[in-house]
Amino acid sequence: MISVKNLYKSFGKIEVLKGIDVQIERGEVVCVIGPSGSGKSTFLRCLNWLEEPDQGDIILDGVSMTEHKKDIDKLRQKAGMVFQQFNLFPNLTVLENITLAPVKALHLQPKQAEENAVRLLARVGLEEKASAYPNRLSGGQKQRVAIARALAMNPEIMLFDEPTSALDPEMVGEVLDVMKELAKSGMTMVVVTHEMGFAREVADRVLYMDEGVIYEQGTPTEIFVTPKKPRTKEFLSKVL
Amino acid sequence: MFEALIRSFSDMIYLALIKEDRFNFLVNGFVVSVQLTFSAAVIGVALGLVIAIFKIRNKGATAAFANAYITVIRGTPAVVQLTVIYFVILAKSGLPAMLIASIAFGLNSAAYVAEIVRGGIMAVDKGQTEAGRSLGLSSLQTMRYIVIPQAVKNVLPALGNEFIVLLKETSIAGYISIVDLNKGGQHISSITYNGMVAPLCVAYIYLLMTTSMASALDRLERRMRAGD
Ligand SMILES: Nc1ncnc2c1ncn2[C@@H]1O[C@H](COP(=O)(O)OP(=O)(O)OP(=O)(O)O)[C@@H](O)[C@H]1O
Ligand SMILES: [Mg+2]
Repeated sequence: MISVKNLYKSFGKIEVLKGIDVQIERGEVVCVIGPSGSGKSTFLRCLNWLEEPDQGDIILDGVSMTEHKKDIDKLRQKAGMVFQQFNLFPNLTVLENITLAPVKALHLQPKQAEENAVRLLARVGLEEKASAYPNRLSGGQKQRVAIARALAMNPEIMLFDEPTSALDPEMVGEVLDVMKELAKSGMTMVVVTHEMGFAREVADRVLYMDEGVIYEQGTPTEIFVTPKKPRTKEFLSKVL
Repeated sequence: MFEALIRSFSDMIYLALIKEDRFNFLVNGFVVSVQLTFSAAVIGVALGLVIAIFKIRNKGATAAFANAYITVIRGTPAVVQLTVIYFVILAKSGLPAMLIASIAFGLNSAAYVAEIVRGGIMAVDKGQTEAGRSLGLSSLQTMRYIVIPQAVKNVLPALGNEFIVLLKETSIAGYISIVDLNKGGQHISSITYNGMVAPLCVAYIYLLMTTSMASALDRLERRMRAGD
């Protein structure tokens, strides 16, 4: 589905990604954990080319991104992204937030895009908010709209960058529930998260990143119960 | 004594405004000033947007051009720009003075509009662009549907202020023999040998225009804020 080959990325003098190789299968749920500054967000943002890697390649559905930079807008439509800070468009209503890209980028009929949007809002439990503006929503509601917005493009893979980190604790659950439902529906997902409980319960595979590489990976049990490498053990002993 | 004063005052007004329909100098001048401001604003906004985008993209020759343009325009007086364009650059063009003045004021305003717009666009959170691009919108679509609408809200006060400055700036159009409001007033003063009534009227009319622009702007801003 998506394969990452020998990915390198620096910001000025700071080397953030130092050779990442990973393959993600269709329908797989991969959680990415690791200390702050280890390059988790940068890795995720490279997956849909929000950051351009210095070296290496990402192959999405058999198409090399490096070789198809010109078609990057088309390729990005296959990967939905959910941000820590929601990034809803404050100048548009909830419904417009969801229909904008399908209408402008996929050239869907507005009517059809709206029907889809209403269906997606129902799926995240927010059909009554269609005509509200984002600043009238709680954090949890915003993030659920953001998920619906990404799903409206019918992506093949969903990328989440700490989707619950900016939320008040009482709202974390409602967003995780939506993500669990999504995982169950067979969506391919890459989730950068500090929610170890979620990773344990939902992930098919956990990647532990440290200092710009995937330091250790395995099933949730392998990582959380029987980690093999010292830095993984040390990290987990701090967060669990 | 008091009566005589009133008498001479009303005579002055009669001479300056009523006799031979002289108020028409002010009316026509007013129309010219408004036309000039409007056409210069249109040019200024269109060109200012382009220059702002050049500056934001910050790539190669276009960025260098944008920077040089802003430096030159902001570093020289408008009246000098106007006369240079009229008597030097477009001297042989045969274009009507009104058109040249519109261009000159438009070119001037563009530099200020560019800086205002650039500030407004930069103030839009980077996450907005990222969200747009991650949905597969092109950078142009992201600008058009997401960034610019939010930037407009940011820049409206400063942009409105720029139009008010522009209106006042057009009062130097007389330098290239355009009879705008200011020049119309001067005309009245010179044919009546009286330099009191007309300048006061001119000042009052400018003040009316700028204050009504300011209050229109205020209402617009409040309407937009209601959407938040
Ligand atoms: N646009 C950028 N410009 C310069 N440096 C950056 C940029 N983005 C990230 N970095 C740096 O790259 C390093 C890795 O950042 P990244 O955001 O990928 O880490 P992270 O694992 O997501 O951390 P966190 O858990 O805190 O979100 C950090 O040192 C950060 O300061
Ligand atoms: Mg991060």
